[in-house]
Amino acid sequence: MTIPAASPAPSLKRYFFEKFGITERLLERCLGEALSAGGDYADLYFESVTATALGVDEQIVKSASQGTSAGCGIRVLAGERTGYAYTDNLSPERLLHAAKTAALIASGPAKQPVQGFTEAPNADLYPVPLGGYDLDLAARLELILRADRAARAFDNRVVQVRASYSEELRRILIAASDGAFASDTQPLCRLNVFVIAKDGAITTKGSAGGGGRAGLDQFVGSKSPEGLAREAARGAILQLGAVPAPAGEMEVVLGPGWPGILLHEAVGHGLEADFNRKKTSAFTGLIGQSVASSKVTVVDNGTMAGRRGSLNVDDEGSPTQETVLIEGGILKGYLSDKLSSRLMGCANTGSGRRESYQSIPMPRMTNTYMLAGDDDPADILRSVKHGLYAVNFGGGQVDITNGKFVFSASEAYLIEDGKITAPVRDATLIGNGPEALKHVSMVGHDLKLDEGIGTCGKDGQSVPVGVGMPTIKLDKITVGGTGR
Amino acid sequence: MAEAAIPSSESAVDLESLAADVVALAMKAGATDAEAVVREGDEFSVNVRMGQVETLKESGSRGLGLRVFLGKRSASTSTSDLTADGIRQLVNGAMALGNVTEEDPFAGLPETAEFGSLKGDLHLFYDDVYSLEGPERIEWARRAETAALAVDPRITNSDGGSFDAATGRMVLANSRGFVGGYRTSYAGVSAAPLAKDANGQMQRDGWWSSARSFAHLESPEAVGEEAARRTLRRLGARRVPTQRVPIVFAPEVARSLIGSVFEAASGDSIWRGASFLAGRLGTKIAATNLTIVDDNTMMLPTGAGGYGTSPFDGEGLPSQRTVVVEEGVLRNYLLNTYTARKLGMKSTHNASRGLAGTPGIGRGNLYLEPGTLTSDEIIRDLSAGFYVTSLMGFGTNIVTGDYSRGATGLWIENGQLTHAVEEVTIAGNLAEMLMNVTAIGSDLEFRGAVASPTLRIDGMTVAGAEESSY
Repeated sequence: MTIPAASPAPSLKRYFFEKFGITERLLERCLGEALSAGGDYADLYFESVTATALGVDEQIVKSASQGTSAGCGIRVLAGERTGYAYTDNLSPERLLHAAKTAALIASGPAKQPVQGFTEAPNADLYPVPLGGYDLDLAARLELILRADRAARAFDNRVVQVRASYSEELRRILIAASDGAFASDTQPLCRLNVFVIAKDGAITTKGSAGGGGRAGLDQFVGSKSPEGLAREAARGAILQLGAVPAPAGEMEVVLGPGWPGILLHEAVGHGLEADFNRKKTSAFTGLIGQSVASSKVTVVDNGTMAGRRGSLNVDDEGSPTQETVLIEGGILKGYLSDKLSSRLMGCANTGSGRRESYQSIPMPRMTNTYMLAGDDDPADILRSVKHGLYAVNFGGGQVDITNGKFVFSASEAYLIEDGKITAPVRDATLIGNGPEALKHVSMVGHDLKLDEGIGTCGKDGQSVPVGVGMPTIKLDKITVGGTGR
Repeated sequence: MAEAAIPSSESAVDLESLAADVVALAMKAGATDAEAVVREGDEFSVNVRMGQVETLKESGSRGLGLRVFLGKRSASTSTSDLTADGIRQLVNGAMALGNVTEEDPFAGLPETAEFGSLKGDLHLFYDDVYSLEGPERIEWARRAETAALAVDPRITNSDGGSFDAATGRMVLANSRGFVGGYRTSYAGVSAAPLAKDANGQMQRDGWWSSARSFAHLESPEAVGEEAARRTLRRLGARRVPTQRVPIVFAPEVARSLIGSVFEAASGDSIWRGASFLAGRLGTKIAATNLTIVDDNTMMLPTGAGGYGTSPFDGEGLPSQRTVVVEEGVLRNYLLNTYTARKLGMKSTHNASRGLAGTPGIGRGNLYLEPGTLTSDEIIRDLSAGFYVTSLMGFGTNIVTGDYSRGATGLWIENGQLTHAVEEVTIAGNLAEMLMNVTAIGSDLEFRGAVASPTLRIDGMTVAGAEESSY
């Protein structure tokens, strides 16, 4: 995997101080106010976001939009309790008022002093491309126009093409009563292509996308506008000839890359520390026990350069890391933020994330993937007598408490006597988190990460994530087709 | 909490004047048309877990959005910075972006004669949502959880009880003379208990009540007890073999099917041909007893406006009632101005508007008209079937109609609900499923903007243990 760059990211302190008139003294006053009713810990999360989106539709650049927002969220912890208030007005009066509001989660005299701030140097996983985010709109338009042309040229049954580009630059500053002080500039962009194909009475769709925390030069190869356009068009054309998906339990081979959403749903969420602290997860109490076949090792890694799910620091100011979740089938650890690590006495894995300044941070995933094994992907397919080969998926969902998870195949094929045969229509796969990975009998040597399209939702908060996986074989999982 | 959110001095500022001023600035900067939207909101929420306050949140925010037209080109911007500087950047940014887009012959604001707003008080706002003092709000959350925990000794854990309140204000103004605004309010109480059976298997479910007025909320005790009942009935869940049986959708899941019909009948899917309902206007698409209505003007029996009621849509056109499907025949697509022009039709006043971007298509109060059978009567009629109470995942393809989702519920045997079922999927195709609605319940109740009575649909496949033999 990639190694974080050594040069530290520059501090953003000055940006916030100059742009919003914030001073170190004001940060200390706000934290002091936040702890005035006896809280154990307080933090301030300043956020300033600029987002841009461009869209081509019917070969016309129809849409262009830009938005900016800024605000501060103030959190106070008192035991297991969290008080939270936010404001989009960064004047001292409003910040102090928000601090006072959040403070009331505790009741009593102030007991915790505010520590002097220490700013540790950050990793620099996504150097903001020089000039790249001064928005050369023409270069960005060229990406979507190229995608549009390539998708149309793919096949004359492609009847509708939409391509869109979006990017955001998020600047954050975090100051906490324990002395933590961190800042980060987080670029994120994404190119998407959406295609409708039609043949007689049959209409189908296909889509593809890619992106990450990197500049426009990332859109080459499989992530080039042409590569993504062909992928979207190919998916739509393929579906024109799809047969109904089978129904019931069977052998399933998952292709490399985005099918790693299996891990995100089957185990990732269930290993977030908050659910385990409250004993509401199907994985509660299973640390040290076997939850997967011995071929399975799963990690969550926030330190991969340029990836969509990566962060120099999490939204509590802690550095991100590579965390082993499952090693050789044994459950090793949870993903934790400050609150859960304090209450559970477990390590803080730098997993505290939030959607925006309006949201309370929670343990979240970053880039979650299974390590490569020894099997040849071709052997894996050959080993299946009768089953399904699923290579692309839409979204997934999990019920943390009973462990049941689903993920929906958008490109899959029947396997008959070790050979890939007919493409099948959309079907949802369903399984049980603590059991599903026990049926992994083969793991390919072809680990691949997704192209940078994942967004994870939890308690109404969306954050960008990545997934990855080599080709794997599940000896059984339930395929939810119509079976006819 | 002893103190309410800052009674924002800005709410004293006239947001309608602000929106009109922004429109005027854009016109002065050279726009041929402009439209501004201002949103302001505040929220309070408290969650009590195992008797202790877990989270308490209280805040407010505002935002301003602008859409400009330069002839047939358009662009949009948004900001949370409502200072003169922020507004200047909003206008300049929109004008600059307008110069990179291209002419779209169908772009533009509605015609002047089309604008309007429903008259009279639609009862969308009640100031009583913040009438409880801080400690009482916490008490409401606690009562909901306590009621759930008290129902049965197998309920041993909880994700808590919660109480929420929010108010919002939306203002829209454009260069063709429309200025309008309205306020909305919301209050809610919910509970999410966990139960554990003798084998250590855990289950979680929940229930809620929400209303525009605090006075219209159900009691925390009623909500907590229902949440407990729903969690307990999941215990002992098991899989069933793969088979084809009639599916009975409980109202809380049937509503998602109605939502899919709305999406498939939305102008944006239709003009692209990206819907299994494209080109089907005026034809039979569903069982004869099926009527679906989208009514943005509806009042609830409590006297409050419906959850989806508003005086005007996201483009300033007066709200209206649209029959989507009438006795099985597709009567109307759901359209905003752009999609109506693409199809050579009239807007059904279903424009939705966020802060940035072009208007989308939004539902008002969307519902399936009730039938005459009770849910018991529908279940009693089945020798075998699957009563579905919750769905998982995103396996609904509006283009092909293919439908495949994870499902949880209760097995029906000889007209009775028996054991709980989990880890199975249900699959079919929406086009066929709509034709195969064989029973519609009388139990239509608006707990949100989308509502359906109990529905029975035949011909779907349940996938579970074992592979199908057909």
